[in-house]
Amino acid sequence: MSLNKLNQLYLAVVMDHANHPHHKSSLPDATKSVELHNVSCGDDIRVFIKTKADRIEEISFTGNGCTISQASASMMTDALKDLTIPVAIKTCDDFFQLTMGKTLTSKAKKALGDAAILGSLAEFPARIKCATLAWHAAKEAVGGEIK
Amino acid sequence: MDKKFENVIKDFPILSQKINDEPLLYLDNAATSQTPNPVLNEMVSFYQSENANVHRGVYTLANEATTAYENVREQVAEFIHAPNAKSIVYTRSTTESLNLVASSFGDLVVHESDEILITIMEHHSNLIPWQQLAKRKHAKLKYVELADDQTLDIADFKRKLTERTKIVAVTQMSNVLGVTNPIKEITRLAHQQHAYVVVDAAQSVAHQSIDVQDLDVDFLAFSGHKMLGPTGIGVLFGKAELLDEMNPVQFGGEMIEAVSRTQAKWQSAPWKFEAGTQNIGGVIGLGAAITYISKLKMTWIEATEHKLLTYLLPQLVQIKGLTIYGPQTVAEHGSIVAFNLANLHPHDVATGLDMLGVEVRAGHHCAQPLMTTLGVESTVRASLSFYNSLADMDRFVYDVKMVKEFFNRES
Repeated sequence: MSLNKLNQLYLAVVMDHANHPHHKSSLPDATKSVELHNVSCGDDIRVFIKTKADRIEEISFTGNGCTISQASASMMTDALKDLTIPVAIKTCDDFFQLTMGKTLTSKAKKALGDAAILGSLAEFPARIKCATLAWHAAKEAVGGEIK
Repeated sequence: MDKKFENVIKDFPILSQKINDEPLLYLDNAATSQTPNPVLNEMVSFYQSENANVHRGVYTLANEATTAYENVREQVAEFIHAPNAKSIVYTRSTTESLNLVASSFGDLVVHESDEILITIMEHHSNLIPWQQLAKRKHAKLKYVELADDQTLDIADFKRKLTERTKIVAVTQMSNVLGVTNPIKEITRLAHQQHAYVVVDAAQSVAHQSIDVQDLDVDFLAFSGHKMLGPTGIGVLFGKAELLDEMNPVQFGGEMIEAVSRTQAKWQSAPWKFEAGTQNIGGVIGLGAAITYISKLKMTWIEATEHKLLTYLLPQLVQIKGLTIYGPQTVAEHGSIVAFNLANLHPHDVATGLDMLGVEVRAGHHCAQPLMTTLGVESTVRASLSFYNSLADMDRFVYDVKMVKEFFNRES
């Protein structure tokens, strides 16, 4: 295999999110924040959320990581902002299913936004943890049960 | 390519496979080494013809298994030039060996306000056990820092070694920086202060001859799986008189001399530390690995790996944007090269190399305090073995450049 396969993972939209991440800052008036570590590389991501009446009013993240973790965190903030907590939890679960190679309904894919293209991660199993870190932190932040 | 190398390669069928449609280039030997056929065959043969539990049965097969198990102890002693087999304890891993020293011996000699001196380049397995011991005993844990050339700062070691130092724990070869530390000098200085020296030889054991008597170390730990043997078998060497003083940390079958309702009396060392049925098959594999290394000769292994590194390091240094951690010169470098490529994350680099069939490690290498000192979260690491070739080095350098170009094009 040549490096061509890398193009399936490092798509322009992924590189764009990684190089110019959305909502990358701390949130001084956050109602909750959760920090998680990728134990294999030492990368860390902290996700901040501000909820109001069961709705994610604001969401952001800080931390360092590889292209995949940074892009995925950025995409996550886009996807979860303005969702109600139950829908946000379901969206996180859909993302976990996607990275494991499951086919999602078109409605679920649409809810993931740019993150839907990370389905190619199933071809790179060693990198799934990089992509899911921010989503696990977000799910924990909204009180979702961690499986 | 010499004849010996060609024959050696045939012993490692795993290396002739393809990964992602490319020939496998295995460069993660510091994490685990590959196991040659003669070692595997010896283990199969043991299970097929000699397997029984050791030190228990009076029947013939049990006696044969016991003899094989104890013969390897002699072999290990000879391999590291220990005075006798009684100073060789079988464990599960380097980690378990170091934990045994820290929890048993550490408890005996370290008290409140004492000092434990370790180095900033330690693997977590030679760091956390001491950190925990220091907490338990309200002792002080001190770190020897790096010199400017990222070797161990011996002047700093001398400064921090005091009469309060009870234990010095140090790696013989860093799993990140590739440097070999001057164990003999460290031991001499530590002993002047009546401190005991514990050496992590996990990385060095397969790459250089070890003479525990010449080094005069008090304890030395290593694993089978980093020296062509199977996983799940480790060794702790300890000076006999120190092992005698130590209490076992696991209790149960095999480690006792006699048990009553109210008390138990231990066997002598090393058997008092080997509670329960041990990894007998692993011991047999360890013995076969030592035999294999002895046949190759450690001098040949050292020379072969030195040749690879001499060829590789200057080429890597030439790559623009590539930072090598540890000494920049071959003279002070073992067969481990940790590096980063400019603004690229090690995981991205490792995924790129993986697509080209090149297997390297990316991460913190279980050395987070060292990563912090180096000012990075993680690095890429290529670690060589005698079964790599000069052509492999050329390919590796080429592939690193390809990966760099790929990501630079994208960003």
